[in-house]
Amino acid sequence: MAKPEAWDVAIAGAGIIGCACAAAAAEAGLRTLLIEAGVPGGGTTAAGMGHIVAMDDSPAQFALTRYSQQLWQQLAPELPRQVEYERCGTLWLAGDEDEWRLAAAKREAYRAQGVPAEMLDARALAAAEPHLRPGLAGAMLAPEDGVLYPPAAAKFFLDRARARGARLLAGECQRIEARGLRLRDGTQVAAGEVIIATGTRAAELAPGAAIAPRKGHLLITDRYPGRLHHQLVELGYLRSAHALSEDSVAFNLQPRLSGQILIGSSRQFGAATAEVEPAMLARMLQRAIEFMPGLAAMSCVRAWTGFRPATPDKLPLIGPVEDPPHVWLAAGHEGLGITTATGTAALLLAQLTGQAAAIPYTPYLPSRKTEAVLEHA
Amino acid sequence: MARAAITVIGAGPAGLAAAVCAAECGRRVVLVDENPLPGGQIWRAKKNLPAIETEPWRRRAQAAGVEWRTGCQAAQATPERLWLESAGEAETLAWEQLILATGARELLLPFPGWTLPNCCGAGGLQALVKAGLAIAGQRVVVAGSGPLTLAVAAYLQQQGARVLLVAEQAAPMQAAAAALLLFSSPARVRQAWRMRDALRGVEIQAGCWVEAAEGAERLQRVRLRRGRRRWSLECDYLACGFGLRPNSELGQLLGCALNAEAGLQVDRWQQTSVARIWCAGDASGVAGVEAALLAGQIAGYAAAGRQDLAAAFIARRDRQQRASRRLLRRLALRQELRRLAADDTWFCRCEDVPIGEAQAYASWREAKLQTRCGMGACQGRICGAAGRFLWGWEAAGVRPPIVPVRVGTLALTETGEAQ
Ligand SMILES: Cc1cc2nc3c(=O)[nH]c(=O)nc-3n(C[C@H](O)[C@H](O)[C@H](O)COP(=O)(O)OP(=O)(O)OC[C@H]3O[C@@H](n4cnc5c(N)ncnc54)[C@H](O)[C@@H]3O)c2cc1C
Ligand SMILES: Cc1cc2nc3c(=O)[nH]c(=O)nc-3n(C[C@H](O)[C@H](O)[C@H](O)COP(=O)(O)OP(=O)(O)OC[C@H]3O[C@@H](n4cnc5c(N)ncnc54)[C@H](O)[C@@H]3O)c2cc1C
Repeated sequence: MAKPEAWDVAIAGAGIIGCACAAAAAEAGLRTLLIEAGVPGGGTTAAGMGHIVAMDDSPAQFALTRYSQQLWQQLAPELPRQVEYERCGTLWLAGDEDEWRLAAAKREAYRAQGVPAEMLDARALAAAEPHLRPGLAGAMLAPEDGVLYPPAAAKFFLDRARARGARLLAGECQRIEARGLRLRDGTQVAAGEVIIATGTRAAELAPGAAIAPRKGHLLITDRYPGRLHHQLVELGYLRSAHALSEDSVAFNLQPRLSGQILIGSSRQFGAATAEVEPAMLARMLQRAIEFMPGLAAMSCVRAWTGFRPATPDKLPLIGPVEDPPHVWLAAGHEGLGITTATGTAALLLAQLTGQAAAIPYTPYLPSRKTEAVLEHA
Repeated sequence: MARAAITVIGAGPAGLAAAVCAAECGRRVVLVDENPLPGGQIWRAKKNLPAIETEPWRRRAQAAGVEWRTGCQAAQATPERLWLESAGEAETLAWEQLILATGARELLLPFPGWTLPNCCGAGGLQALVKAGLAIAGQRVVVAGSGPLTLAVAAYLQQQGARVLLVAEQAAPMQAAAAALLLFSSPARVRQAWRMRDALRGVEIQAGCWVEAAEGAERLQRVRLRRGRRRWSLECDYLACGFGLRPNSELGQLLGCALNAEAGLQVDRWQQTSVARIWCAGDASGVAGVEAALLAGQIAGYAAAGRQDLAAAFIARRDRQQRASRRLLRRLALRQELRRLAADDTWFCRCEDVPIGEAQAYASWREAKLQTRCGMGACQGRICGAAGRFLWGWEAAGVRPPIVPVRVGTLALTETGEAQ
């Protein structure tokens, strides 16, 4: 048998995170191998909504999402048509006066970080999205947020990595070894560094990685061009502050380039199977119809589910594992991994190659103490 | 929310027979079908007139107290409930026993021009005519494969169309052998003779297929091929279908196992692999109207707990199914059909994905993810089956809704409440 080829970096998992890391590694001149057990981009990435969003639940989350969003903006001119990247902005909807105050506070938080944000009063909101129910107090507009189609974005990174010499190997990583890793079929992969980007399954290769699958439902409508212009998200979750253990739904609506509307979303822990659950779906859709009554009469074509890789403190794990020394984690991105794929790849590569990072990476180190935080949509 | 004892989905021959037999055993039966009138595909009503063949079944159903839900689609199912949508309303229906008689649909294969206006499936054109399309005097080419093309050609001819050609892709020897099998039962003989009358003077060619449909805004001519010979034929309509494939989605949602024909697997009592669920007719494997009626009666009696009554139909059903299977085996699709499409031929017409783009991927799953083929309104009913034939792509799992429905319908909770 020929001597196994030695790679600088082997990446387990070709979801959007693994693909983004592969592109960054290959760009840094590293000989990169990407290993995928299924279809590239076919895991959680295939199920995600593709909202590129700055999210301010915590300062660390805000820093990473904003940084990542700016990286997406830089990439925009290079993204192929199939990625369907569009800077449509997010409207954070305030249902009443209390939420309007929350929206104003949110705007201040954005402003403080230099992130553009504007307030839309009830009338401006109705003009911006005429199909919303009357009587909403208004909204905060985050104009730099956007949307894209996640599987095509993953493929964009994969193609980029391959164009710079990276290779994709079909196989399932079974365990980490001293000089690389071993696949289930017995293949040995020799690599100087190993990056674990297997999403919800990261703990199989990195014992101790606190990542739990968190199920979500989505539904897509037929084509209704011009019905919806922004990504819509309800602010109400801030007040209801669902506990981590509770099933919840929140109003979340996304315009697709095709004219289709993506309706989200639900959050469940402990759901074992990927089946669409009619009760959860119904709850989610009822919430959506409360905000946009016209949705009820629109035709829908498909519902599906996905599992978010969730950590207790809602921040991803980006950096070295404690042991062994050549193993890195890039996983646990919960409901923000499409957004933060760009930032994750940049921060991980900075650590791996010993370069300076654009933002501090300590909040995301796997060695941090994670504590449960309150929940959002 | 509504309750039902035995719920039958599909009011074609199989579903009608099942509903009648179960109701005649004294069971409460609800019969659901998306069409305004019962009859299914073969006995499809013409405008508002039911087909004559449905009448005896409809009368028996009425006498036995079968409740009708016509114009009503089943879109989603759980082990307890069905989500139904009709023109104005949505509801959930509790079911205790379910008989799936959802029939089959046509296999359409892509060739250049197949999406031009006035090109449709064979059964598709027949349905359009029954719905009121004026076909008298129009020049029609019927092509593809299977007994359905002959039946459709005969029907169109009777409606005054000028059927220029029936093109059967199977080789002449195979087609002839298949034609002989059409005479395997008295009912088939009668049907065959009626067809023969209607088709007198119509050119029928075996080993012949459509290579392309051409026209500016709509179909103007088809390009045909037979052996080495290639020629064009001017026409107004092309009715082209390559056989039938079972509608198994509802059963799949409920976890029913599939058989080798991609229909729902059933035992001798038409029971599926899942308790309380039966399946009859084309949905468990395409076998034609006689077999559908027999299987429907077995399913209806068996679901009502009357195996003793069902037993009488088993031998005849098996004979019919064997005959149909022998016939369909003769009509296996030829290799050339895999190479008709050009790179820019549409593969998925819902999402505008050309063949060239789709075939770059190794699997249905990957192609769907990257090109969104199969993710549009028909949810891969057409291109999924084509991909299986063209490239051996494995089918993906079924997700609700199985037909497009209003968001509000799926927003109904299990108990049928809207809020
Ligand atoms: C309903 C829903 C909505 C969402 N909406 C958004 C949104 O709007 N915006 C946003 O930013 N994020 C969103 N997300 C989150 C986002 O989708 C995820 O955070 C992101 O896709 C995670 O990517 P990943 O690469 O870590 O995981 P994955 O995409 O799951 O990739 C992991 C890959 O590893 C492979 N793999 C696993 N184990 C092995 C092994 N042993 N060997 C080899 N390969 C292996 C898998 O096959 C898979 O392809 C949403 C998620 C869900 C479920
Ligand atoms: C388009 C077409 C045309 C045909 N024309 C002929 C012909 O002219 N001559 C001939 O010999 N054979 C014809 N056949 C074949 C013939 O219909 C069958 O072999 C046989 O009659 C099958 O009967 P069935 O009861 O199993 O199904 P079908 O007659 O197909 O009845 C199934 C019924 O279930 C309904 N249904 C399916 N899913 C749902 C749902 N989710 N909710 C509500 N309702 C649903 C359908 O609308 C249909 O009315 C045709 C088949 C097709 C597909």
